[in-house]
Amino acid sequence: MAEEKDDNLSAMCKPAAGEAGNTGDWRDATPVLDHAKCIASIKNRPACYLCWLYCPEGIVTAGVPIEIDMTYCKGCGICAEECPAKAITMVMHEEGKP
Amino acid sequence: MSDVQILTGNQAAAHAVKLCKVQVISAYPITPSTPVTETISQWVERGELKAEYIRVESEHSVMTVCISASTVGARTFTSTSSHGLLYMHEQLHWAAGSRLPVVLACVNRGVGAPWSIFNDQQDSIAQRDTGWIQIYCRDNQEILDSLIQAYRIAEQVYCPVMVCYDGFILSHTMMPVAIPDADKVCRFLPPYRPHTILCPEDPRNINPVIFPWQRRDAEGVLRGGYMDLRWKLQHALEGSRDVIVETCRSFAEEFGRDHGGMLWAYRADDAEILLASMGSLATEATVAVDLLRQQGIRAGLVGIRVYRPFPRQEVREAFRGATAIVVFEKDISYGYEGALCSDIKASLYGTGIKPPIHNFIAGLGGRDVKAGELAEAVRSSLVAIATGEKEKQTWLNCMTE
Repeated sequence: MAEEKDDNLSAMCKPAAGEAGNTGDWRDATPVLDHAKCIASIKNRPACYLCWLYCPEGIVTAGVPIEIDMTYCKGCGICAEECPAKAITMVMHEEGKP
Repeated sequence: MSDVQILTGNQAAAHAVKLCKVQVISAYPITPSTPVTETISQWVERGELKAEYIRVESEHSVMTVCISASTVGARTFTSTSSHGLLYMHEQLHWAAGSRLPVVLACVNRGVGAPWSIFNDQQDSIAQRDTGWIQIYCRDNQEILDSLIQAYRIAEQVYCPVMVCYDGFILSHTMMPVAIPDADKVCRFLPPYRPHTILCPEDPRNINPVIFPWQRRDAEGVLRGGYMDLRWKLQHALEGSRDVIVETCRSFAEEFGRDHGGMLWAYRADDAEILLASMGSLATEATVAVDLLRQQGIRAGLVGIRVYRPFPRQEVREAFRGATAIVVFEKDISYGYEGALCSDIKASLYGTGIKPPIHNFIAGLGGRDVKAGELAEAVRSSLVAIATGEKEKQTWLNCMTE
């Protein structure tokens, strides 16, 4: 099958996961979630979700428990900063390791 | 039936906007362009033109409004001059890169420092590399007609168009102008269809960060990187030449006025020495040609109407038989020469057309240029050429000691 031609006159894309590539490989610190402290997990119902609200990449799923998509998480640490229960810890990667 | 009125260049521009049923106008006033949008704002206020008139705090925001409105499918217009145009500079690139058919009337004025409100073409020449089509007008009728043509060109090739005319010399000078029939203009100018339809059901990220390399999008289509998109803009500008010429020709058929497409000539057929210029300075040079002819010098004139895309092929044709070329222009590329002169020289490279080319920088900051002075300048060039000076830059009527 012939390759579909890019007929866009200017730069644009449909909003979709991964439009900017696998941004997870930008990360040099990984958010590690402690479910024993996460408010949604403790209450076992939808609650708090400040991490979901503040995540600039929209890669936190507001479920019970919450999930962070590491394929696209850039490791900015905003979720850890905003978490009122201090359930998220940013763990720095070792030099040269993903 | 067309209706002839005595109009300033600015009023002629405003009439064109009304005839083109422009839907969004945004502007920030600056001399000498102010009366264009002042006139339009009165028509909008009275309900004579059904359009949104959006007031903002700067020219940078003006162009942002035009870009946004054009993106969602509105025909847009603004006018500005000098520092206003320079303040828009970043957004001029953005409009072209977004491939939006924004039309702008640039009422040419010198650029500070020092302050000047008077005419030259440094402002628009300084925007040469923003990806806009540039048309230079020689009289008020051409302003009106070129703006109508500008929308048809822009909306066909998806490139913005700048219609440039000289501040005060044209903008504030009255001439008889034929105002075409509104229905006829409607038929000449089909409705604007944006290249991308934006709607909530089919959303788009517009102008996201783009990488140096080509990349597959989330749907697997290989998308161009930055450089591939820049090539599309260059290709569109080069290709717009045919659309500009066709638009000018079909305008002439519809309305009976032919402004020459990419360039026009005056008494050039049997001319030995050819003058070249743009805008109202070219109009003045037609009188100089007559004076030179009276003195027995076979002079002619080539008026460059479209500066970008540069009419490479037409210039080669026009100057093929010239034994000398004298370029008059109201701009200077500091540290080199007049921009028009450079471009004419460049387009003749390698063609075997190699007469001496003299460059006169004239009328900067509104310094008066009389036809007799242009004729005298040509005569002085002929003397210098006879002594072997193939290349010369002269600042006309200027203290250079």
